[in-house]
Amino acid sequence: MRHEVGLHARPSVKLTKLAKAFESRIDLGLSPDGPWVDAKSIVKVMATKAPKDSTIYFRAEGADAKVALEALVTLVDGDFQDGR
Amino acid sequence: MDDKSHRAVRRVQGRSAAPGIALGPLLRLAPAKHDARQHRSVAEEHQALVDALAASQEALGLLAGDAGDADAEAILAFQMALLEDDNLTAPAFTLIAQGEVASRAWSAAIDPEIASYEEASDSYFRARASDLRDLRDRVLRYLAGESEQIVPSGVIVAADDMPPSTFLATDWRDGGVVLRRGSPSSHVAILARSRGVPMIVGVDVDHLGDGSDVLLDGDAGTLIIDPDAEMRAIFYQRRAEQSAVRQAGASLRGPAFTASGERVRVMINVTGLAELSRLNPAEVDGIGLMRTEFLFQGRENLPTEEEQYQIYRRMLEWAAGKPVTMRTLDAGGDKPIKGLTQAGGINPFLGVRGVRLSLRNLDVFRAQLRALARAAVAGNLKVMIPMVTVPEELDRCRALLEEAREELRREGQVAQMPPLGMMVEVPAAALAIEDFNADFFSIGSNDLIQYVAAASRDEPQLADLARPSRAVFNLIGHVVKYADSSGRETSLCGDLAGDPEQVAALLDQGLRTFSVVPGALGPVKAAIARYSGVTA
Repeated sequence: MRHEVGLHARPSVKLTKLAKAFESRIDLGLSPDGPWVDAKSIVKVMATKAPKDSTIYFRAEGADAKVALEALVTLVDGDFQDGR
Repeated sequence: MDDKSHRAVRRVQGRSAAPGIALGPLLRLAPAKHDARQHRSVAEEHQALVDALAASQEALGLLAGDAGDADAEAILAFQMALLEDDNLTAPAFTLIAQGEVASRAWSAAIDPEIASYEEASDSYFRARASDLRDLRDRVLRYLAGESEQIVPSGVIVAADDMPPSTFLATDWRDGGVVLRRGSPSSHVAILARSRGVPMIVGVDVDHLGDGSDVLLDGDAGTLIIDPDAEMRAIFYQRRAEQSAVRQAGASLRGPAFTASGERVRVMINVTGLAELSRLNPAEVDGIGLMRTEFLFQGRENLPTEEEQYQIYRRMLEWAAGKPVTMRTLDAGGDKPIKGLTQAGGINPFLGVRGVRLSLRNLDVFRAQLRALARAAVAGNLKVMIPMVTVPEELDRCRALLEEAREELRREGQVAQMPPLGMMVEVPAAALAIEDFNADFFSIGSNDLIQYVAAASRDEPQLADLARPSRAVFNLIGHVVKYADSSGRETSLCGDLAGDPEQVAALLDQGLRTFSVVPGALGPVKAAIARYSGVTA
């Protein structure tokens, strides 16, 4: 999904916090084929330096994978709420 | 004392550094202990880093709790998230397990992250490098034992000395500061005056008991330990009076006029963005002095051009078109900077300081001039050079600033040439003011007074000499007169401008622009409003 703001500090903090709330292993990438990084790690997420209007891909594996993906997509779709 | 529940009243005399009074329990800050032990076990080094990370996390949490502005909160939340991330901390613990000491292991883990941000093509990500450096230094400080004790509000803090960062991290509501070291001109004293926090210096803090009630009188420079009921009653009465005065001052919002209706501009002296977040730009006529040396102090590395640019730009945006005068690095003298100023000069106030230091460290100076030329497009910027003694120094600075602007243009960056002026604080410059190619003047009364009187402002025995004299006012009048006749502007940005009792004398000399610490805005505007013309 596309998002209006880049993966700046505030959205990244929100994203990793949300990801950490789930048990599943969750990865984030900037293309459907990866490379993938741990979506629970602020170091890794910020290191993607995803610019504004880039597309973020998630993949998850685990008991709550489906719920996790839905929650993350909602967060990004909503442009991280007030996130800028 | 007839009241047996009270211990004997004791009075300790110090020196006043910031006015105001405060009553509360005394909190003795532990002195920074530099842990010199070289050989600690792996387990001890591991625990030291665990503790330093936890302490940093806690301190950031407290800062975030009362940051009060969204940008600061976002940065603090980012730093806290980094501390929680094993991807950052695990390599440090691996190095410790291999025998590295905690401080070097931590630096080795975080430095590559900092470098990767510095190399980012996007300016937003590049700027995050400073957040990581700040985080690195915070943890290093804890590892070095320079623990930042958490200071609750409403206490009187006693310490040997206090770095500006600790002062800025503390909520000083109803509190005060007592230091052994420091002087009324130290930076923490400047901050205390600017925030309206009572402070005294020169007190032997070792003999003060933690937890006893004390009454701090920043006006008289005294500390009263275990004050009796009568002293407390007087305190509450004085505090009520002071808050009434402050409220009267706060009502003087708009532009200042003398009693005869003449407009006088009142600007503020600041040290950084933190102070501006509490101020409404509508209440001031601009920033008359931004002391950029604060950006350089208390850190491991000198700030980069980009870091400086970001801060200057945000200050100009805050001022929204009103003039902002940035003084280039005024280091040396009593303001040392790691990696720049030379230690142990014979007489620091007469040594390599201000522009003398900048012209001997051209790399640092050029980076600052480039940052300023870039920021100049964001608002009404003026650049001011400190400690100018002869015209050639200012000419040299002008040439360097023009070079920086040209260089930026060639690189395709937006930049412009701001007006270039000078501080008038060396008597030689004040006496021969006609010789200087300056776009504006700003009188630095603190240094001017001590240079005219040949008496240090930090020498308590000479307090009577290091005061504004007729000689000083004559020099001020000379500068203002020449500036008026040649269509230039003069302001005065020393402590003299913020003293309501001196306002009339300065107006008598023709001065019409004052730059004062934010805490003095109300009283100075009130004194201007009472002025009805030259009395003599």
